[in-house]
Amino acid sequence: MEKLIYLDNNATTKVDERVLEEMLPYFKEEYANPSSMYDFSKKSSHAIKEARGKVKDLLHAENEKEIIFTSCGTESANTAIRGYLSTVKNKKHIITTKIEHPCVLNVYKYLEKQGYKVDYIGVNSNGELDVEELSEKITSETALVSVMMANNETGVLNPIKEISEIIKSKNSETKFFVDAVQGAGKVAIDVQDLGIDMLGISGHKLHAPKGVGALYVNSKTMFTPLIIGGHQERGKRAGTENTPYIVGLGKASELAIDNLDYEMTEVARLRDKLERGIIQNIYNARVNTGLAKRVPNTTNIGFEYIEGELILLHLSDLGICASSGSACTSGSLEPSHVLRAMNVPFTAIHGSIRWSLSRFTTEDEIDYVIDKLPSVIEEIRRISPYQEELKALKEMKTVK
Amino acid sequence: MWDYSEKVMDHYRHPRNVGTIEDADAVGTAGSLVCGDQLKIYLKIKDNIVTDAKFQTFGCGSAVASSSILTEMIIGKTVDEVRKITNKDIADQLGGLPPEKMHCSVMGYEALEDALKEYKSEGYIPMEEIQNKQKETMVCTCFQVTDKVIIDAIKTNGLKTVEEVTNYTKAGGACGRCKGAIQNIIDKYYNEQADSKPQESSQKLTHTQWVIKINNVIESQISPELVKDGGDIELVDIKDKDIYVKLKGMCSGCKNSTITIKAFVETTLKHALGEDINVIEVK
Repeated sequence: MEKLIYLDNNATTKVDERVLEEMLPYFKEEYANPSSMYDFSKKSSHAIKEARGKVKDLLHAENEKEIIFTSCGTESANTAIRGYLSTVKNKKHIITTKIEHPCVLNVYKYLEKQGYKVDYIGVNSNGELDVEELSEKITSETALVSVMMANNETGVLNPIKEISEIIKSKNSETKFFVDAVQGAGKVAIDVQDLGIDMLGISGHKLHAPKGVGALYVNSKTMFTPLIIGGHQERGKRAGTENTPYIVGLGKASELAIDNLDYEMTEVARLRDKLERGIIQNIYNARVNTGLAKRVPNTTNIGFEYIEGELILLHLSDLGICASSGSACTSGSLEPSHVLRAMNVPFTAIHGSIRWSLSRFTTEDEIDYVIDKLPSVIEEIRRISPYQEELKALKEMKTVK
Repeated sequence: MWDYSEKVMDHYRHPRNVGTIEDADAVGTAGSLVCGDQLKIYLKIKDNIVTDAKFQTFGCGSAVASSSILTEMIIGKTVDEVRKITNKDIADQLGGLPPEKMHCSVMGYEALEDALKEYKSEGYIPMEEIQNKQKETMVCTCFQVTDKVIIDAIKTNGLKTVEEVTNYTKAGGACGRCKGAIQNIIDKYYNEQADSKPQESSQKLTHTQWVIKINNVIESQISPELVKDGGDIELVDIKDKDIYVKLKGMCSGCKNSTITIKAFVETTLKHALGEDINVIEVK
């Protein structure tokens, strides 16, 4: 295989070999339906129970009954939001943020059309949430507050505990949903300490395969299932259990707990090294999140006066995978809603690149990127019509 | 990942004619930094022939490729030949572009047009004359797209839907408020097209060609819609302007079948054929 340096772990991650090993028997010998009555199904049903326990441990839930397996992060979010709201039909107010992932944001856009009033809280130029504004919006009519744990594009962490305390003090009946797809495995999560009512995660962002997710709903929160059918998942999510994938998510959760220290120290060190290496060697680069608190694996860097897709295409030729908030990469014509909410200068927004590491990222890979990137950027700058502006930037940086 | 042609990849990897021309005879720009792509093109013209062309582009792979190939396409051509180049020519030269990226080829065309609008073989047109030219109306304020750009794109590429116009010109791609206005431009353009050549087509067509043409419209535009509702349509006979059809499946016996025939089948056929025809249902 050609050189591959994968720095797009917020998009998806490599399945850990140990996760795959754990899953394989449930494709081959242990194919029984876990709901069946014979001995043959015991191993499957036991494996699911064990996986549930591991996800419970990852999230520090009180009880494993509070864990529901789903097919992905999107299903977790949809189930939590729509499932909970359908039990409190008289309350029509929701508070969320402008920087949520589309799998959450578009649910609220849909609910607005159904008659809900939704407030979208903004962020500052570092991507940090305006908690004061959020606090002011909570009323007796507020059914739900929904805030992501970490942003997928910037990695910026939201002050979840502070928010849950504000909610409890303003309206104790308001429930709190946290999309933790980008938090799980990168930072410690304790749903009880953080005061979270519902929380969603996705397997493939923490080295389990695509096609499995989990939802935590605490025992005090009522909800009606989104997918209706059989009695699986204690009637909260119908459909025959996807045993191998659930087992995979369980193993991935266990490994995530084991590797948390490594993420917080080593992965963070490599991320910081990459970030410094880029900023020091490339004069038109800026860290888009300033000094905001972030997950350890992510950095979002804007390259002024050049365009992101072109950077990615050239990087791809070198075997380097990253992603961009640029309009061109998405086909949507508009740059990322997250970077726009942050008011990233228009000189840098189209040239913003997200680099997201994992525990599999090596020092050599980071060194390779630091070594190769400057000439890629220089080549693209050469084509830019903004030569005067680039020159001014260069002089400014030299003076500094 | 975009499905870029080899040619597109070759041009963004190794862009030709990058840079500026100090004493250019014509300079044109299109796009802007805010919108996410901008192209600047410099031309050297001697004896009405483009002798050199250079470009600078802020934009994605297909924007750079469009700019790069454009410079290759125009060097050595007369100004009149260059004026005839359309965005479609640029895209074709590149071996095609993904639909969402067609606006990159339009940007190339716009920059070229911008460069040449001030250029006359005998020199520059005075500024007032340019300003007195027909005023264009801004349609998409997000991406600064005028009605002229949209109509040009419709004309050159045969665009039929708002989505296509967005792919080619970016208009309507951000807030979406101008989508209604774009639809109006499309409708107006095709209505004018239909008005300007009445009767022309059917008289030129042989009976067989006429039948094939009608059948194509039914198969491509009408039948798929009816199938969605569990029905279908069959062409029974054509007697000049009278088209006999039979509704099938859920559509046959549907009490709204007259509405289907008149409001949908007949309107679609009239629109597509540009002819005043009559659709008759055979039970």
